[in-house]
Amino acid sequence: MLSLKNWWPTPVRSLFLFLVWLLLNNSVALIHLFFGLLLAWLIPLLIHKFRLIQPGIKKPGVALGYGLMVLGDIIVANLQVIRLVLGPNKKLRPAFVMVPLDLTDNLAITILASTVSLTPGTVSADVLPLNAEGAEQRFLLLHVLDLADEAQLIEQVKLRYEAPLKEIF
Amino acid sequence: MSMIEWLVALLAVAGSLFVLMGSVALVKLPDFYTRLHGPTKATTLGLGALVLSSMAYFNFVKGELSLQQLLIALFLFITAPITAHMLIKAALHLKLDSAEQTSGQQKADL
Repeated sequence: MLSLKNWWPTPVRSLFLFLVWLLLNNSVALIHLFFGLLLAWLIPLLIHKFRLIQPGIKKPGVALGYGLMVLGDIIVANLQVIRLVLGPNKKLRPAFVMVPLDLTDNLAITILASTVSLTPGTVSADVLPLNAEGAEQRFLLLHVLDLADEAQLIEQVKLRYEAPLKEIF
Repeated sequence: MSMIEWLVALLAVAGSLFVLMGSVALVKLPDFYTRLHGPTKATTLGLGALVLSSMAYFNFVKGELSLQQLLIALFLFITAPITAHMLIKAALHLKLDSAEQTSGQQKADL
């Protein structure tokens, strides 16, 4: 017999889909509630077998704090980038920088790379090597718009963004 | 004008300015890698401000509940870094030239 877990595999994802469906329709009319519930149940059920199991969030509080910190950093980073863009091109010091990673989980690295792209004048370019076998050290390759001090930037990425992510996952 | 209208106007203007700056970056900066910084950052914040402006307008001036705009922000924050990542990976793969003053270029050749 099928248990509840088979019929309703991922409750949190279902709730998320339901909310997104209501937001898409911008309405809480009965018909949208009905279809929202139907889709929120059906979609996770159908894709459940193809899903890669990702680690859950261990500390939601830290995760929330991380999100807020990143939002603040996005604003600061924007003002910095605008100042750089309006200045003369010759003064820019673009650079490629390698950041050694302590994170091993793919989802955590993805979030770190996305955060780094959205924040401090950096775009993440690559993760090397892509498929680490065992204990191999991985690196995140960044492109920096204006590099003042390489060691300081690496430390900032590691302390400010990587450390909380290590706690969360 | 009421306070709310001022807020809506301020957010809309600020958002437009940020998007404009992102576009200026696209035109002005010296190479592909630096140009990529404009759209990933300035445009994200610009669109964020525009989304907030739109939400303030519909919820407070028009007086109807509208949270739809949050989805734009959500999808944008998920897709913008991924697009940038795909673009820069393609650029590295094609070995596009970077500006002369770029340091650490040999790292990109690995």
